[in-house]
Amino acid sequence: MDHRDIPIDVILDIYTRILRIRRFEEEVGKLFRQGQLPGFVHLYIGEEAVAAGVCAALTDEDTIISTHRGHGHVIAKGGDIKRMMAELFGKASGYCKGKGGSMHIADFDIGMLGACGIVGGGIPVAVGAGLSAWYSASERVSLCFFGDGAANEGSFHESLNLASALNLPVIFVCENNQYGEFTPASRAMNIEDIAARAAGYGIPGIIADGSDALEMYRIATAAVQRARAGQGPTLIEAKTHRSGGHAEGEEAFLAGQQYRGEAELAQARAKDPLRLLHTYVAEKDLIPADQLESLDEGITRALREAVAFARESPLPEVDSIYDDLWL
Amino acid sequence: MPRKTYIAAVQEALAEEMRRDPQVLLIGEDVRIGVFAGTRGLHAEFGDKRVIDTPISELAVAGAGIGAAVTGLRPVVDLMFGTFMFLAFDQIANQAGAMRYMYGGQTNVPVVFMTQNGAGSSAGHHHSQSVHQFFMNMPQIKVVLPSTPYDVKGLLKSAIRDENPVIFLNSLSLGGKRGAVPDEEYLVPLGVADIKRAGNDVSICAVGSAVYTALSAANALAKEGIDAEVIDLRTLSPWDSDAVLESVRKTGRFVAVDESFPTCSAASEWAATVAERAFHDLKAPVQRVNNKDVPVPFSPVLEKAVLPSAEDVIAAVRRTLE
Repeated sequence: MDHRDIPIDVILDIYTRILRIRRFEEEVGKLFRQGQLPGFVHLYIGEEAVAAGVCAALTDEDTIISTHRGHGHVIAKGGDIKRMMAELFGKASGYCKGKGGSMHIADFDIGMLGACGIVGGGIPVAVGAGLSAWYSASERVSLCFFGDGAANEGSFHESLNLASALNLPVIFVCENNQYGEFTPASRAMNIEDIAARAAGYGIPGIIADGSDALEMYRIATAAVQRARAGQGPTLIEAKTHRSGGHAEGEEAFLAGQQYRGEAELAQARAKDPLRLLHTYVAEKDLIPADQLESLDEGITRALREAVAFARESPLPEVDSIYDDLWL
Repeated sequence: MPRKTYIAAVQEALAEEMRRDPQVLLIGEDVRIGVFAGTRGLHAEFGDKRVIDTPISELAVAGAGIGAAVTGLRPVVDLMFGTFMFLAFDQIANQAGAMRYMYGGQTNVPVVFMTQNGAGSSAGHHHSQSVHQFFMNMPQIKVVLPSTPYDVKGLLKSAIRDENPVIFLNSLSLGGKRGAVPDEEYLVPLGVADIKRAGNDVSICAVGSAVYTALSAANALAKEGIDAEVIDLRTLSPWDSDAVLESVRKTGRFVAVDESFPTCSAASEWAATVAERAFHDLKAPVQRVNNKDVPVPFSPVLEKAVLPSAEDVIAAVRRTLE
């Protein structure tokens, strides 16, 4: 890969986003295994380049909508890891005051319009955010993350067609991590590339290497420019990999069954986006190693503080079940 | 006061609110043409940008309304027939009603989903089911079903100004019904019942077209000296239980008339509430009058047989007097 035209500060910014997501997710995995987090969590490890590269191409005014595997999107959009961690702990200081949890984190102040626990459920809402941007003659674009599983939902079809018919500034980013829960995408669809479906809506469909954060950034930037210029939606298919399972603790559902071979897992892990970007940066000597090291230390420290904040935060008052109802 | 049709009142409410607030827009299939005339003529006044024809994609259009609402607009989403709302169920149930609460109060969802409700046009099951009862079961979704042109206009204007998701149902069979509608501005608040006929012997509660069934029964009963009170709830969620309970405390008898399937119907909820909270005021068991528990058939004679009739209501009232 050669991304000489991408400024170093942008590369550093993207690297920082990836690292922040990675360390956050590693910590969440650990906390989950220790039984400290209620519910269940879907980790984004292995897919960080998509959110980081794409969100680096957005402004604070642009909006995103996320999925059940949403921590990475929130962090990439600039979310506060303290309030995220507190939400995962079910605390009152969390983003949703403990009412959303892992699959429903939102931060409307930074244009993060919410993660969604229904596969494909966020896509129509993103079309509405695009409608709103168009209606207000704003420069804003609406971007939606979803997985390969969602590409087989009716909401995908209806939403891409609607956005195209109305020529709205919406960018559809399909994170094809090859699995809908435990079912391989190859068993769920008879085509290789989800991007090919874009032709059916008369919009560009672009295949991207979802392990290459800088390629994601470049492709997203072009789609954003297109949307801002009033040229309508784009479908980006990022070929990516889950380096872990569908959800942490999934062994309980699998009851000893295997759905993914060791060879395939090793292949996926070889495409680790953090290592790939680190190698690129090191080989080209773009950012000094000690700077990257102190960046990692800073993130690790911030994460420790986030966990402490979450642990020390009070649980929600039970009476708060009646807060934030009808206005 | 000028007399206007029910559907003209819909049109007037939309036009007035769109003139008043530039953030109000209308989206849906054939809103330019206005299949039921409720949106007719609005495109000529407000143009392409505010009256937006969409593909027949109920799920995406409903979701787009929600997405627009959480980013600053006040969309009215026309979903044409109530039954078509089932295609949009995910967005309404999982997003519209939940977003504000689920995201800890970070957003409001000021969207109106407008559609026709119920039977009466011999269109067969897919265009004749009532849907209001499904949405009553969803927290944080308001449900409105007016019976008169006056109420339609005042309630729709309130619904558009409401900060929460509102399902605004027009009774399909009442579109041509005429009634007094002022030209000047007025609002009817959501969640407040209206006594359409005062009486002392029995309380009959209804919404939408069933209000006329109830009134017709009340008029027939009056000839026998039975004085029925007819309560038009107008809003089904939140519903004015105080008005109903107050009436039942006066009459001691309760009949719920509801054009939906009996199990978990609106009538079930009203009856349960009355039994729970006014039991000692009751002189007789509560009665429900619903559709027959079958899909809505096509042939006019069959369709009529499935819907609650005035005779059914009269019979229910008699049971409370036994």
